[in-house]
Amino acid sequence: MKFAIAVFSPAHAPSSRRALRFAQAALAGGHEIVRLFFYQDGVHSASGNVVAPQDELDLPAEWRAFVSAQQLDAVVCIAAALRRGVLNAEEAQRYQRPAANLPPPWELSGLGQLHEAAQGADRLMCFGGD
Amino acid sequence: MAKSLLIISRQAPWAGPSAREALDIALAGGAFDLPLGMLFLDDGVFQLAPGQQPVQLQQKNLAANLQALPMFGVEELFAASSSLQERGLAADTLSLPVQVLDDAALAALIDRFDQVVTL
Repeated sequence: MKFAIAVFSPAHAPSSRRALRFAQAALAGGHEIVRLFFYQDGVHSASGNVVAPQDELDLPAEWRAFVSAQQLDAVVCIAAALRRGVLNAEEAQRYQRPAANLPPPWELSGLGQLHEAAQGADRLMCFGGD
Repeated sequence: MAKSLLIISRQAPWAGPSAREALDIALAGGAFDLPLGMLFLDDGVFQLAPGQQPVQLQQKNLAANLQALPMFGVEELFAASSSLQERGLAADTLSLPVQVLDDAALAALIDRFDQVVTL
């Protein structure tokens, strides 16, 4: 089955951990992930600046490793990210901000990517939200 | 055939960016001519309340942006009857032409769409 996975909750929320575990289980079960899309507070999971305490789960680091290892299409909504201070080098320069915190493998793009992923998937799985 | 998507908007317009971000999903999909519906549920029905003055909170007027939905081809607009009643909102005062649905109709509505996203 083809899944599109959308994450709306911040990195510390239980639903964000469930999203990662679902994504890992989907691939382990032989399914396909069309795209990961991070929206609303979900953009914080893509931040390279999260520092988790040593004895706690570092979810952003796990996402980063998972996305890189599986070479997944991982999109962070640009409007949601700018509003929350999650910027790649290009946007940091464009808006003259002092730092970039969105290194590869993440890509910044628009909401059209969510719709395209949903259209190309058998299931749209959403984590977080209200 | 394109998959249909129902966007369920559950947050008041003054409760952070959720209401606007739900609307943005609808407008983005409308720009691609996708079959979309939008349901205002729970505190989301406050987005339809008349006479709001968001300027008092240094906020933009979401109601003005909601008016763009039909122009973007998003004409399937719904509000939950029970949510309106609980909040003392009369259906004939709302700022957007929505179909007001009772709980049984809500279940049928959600069932009718291929995909659902709730913000």
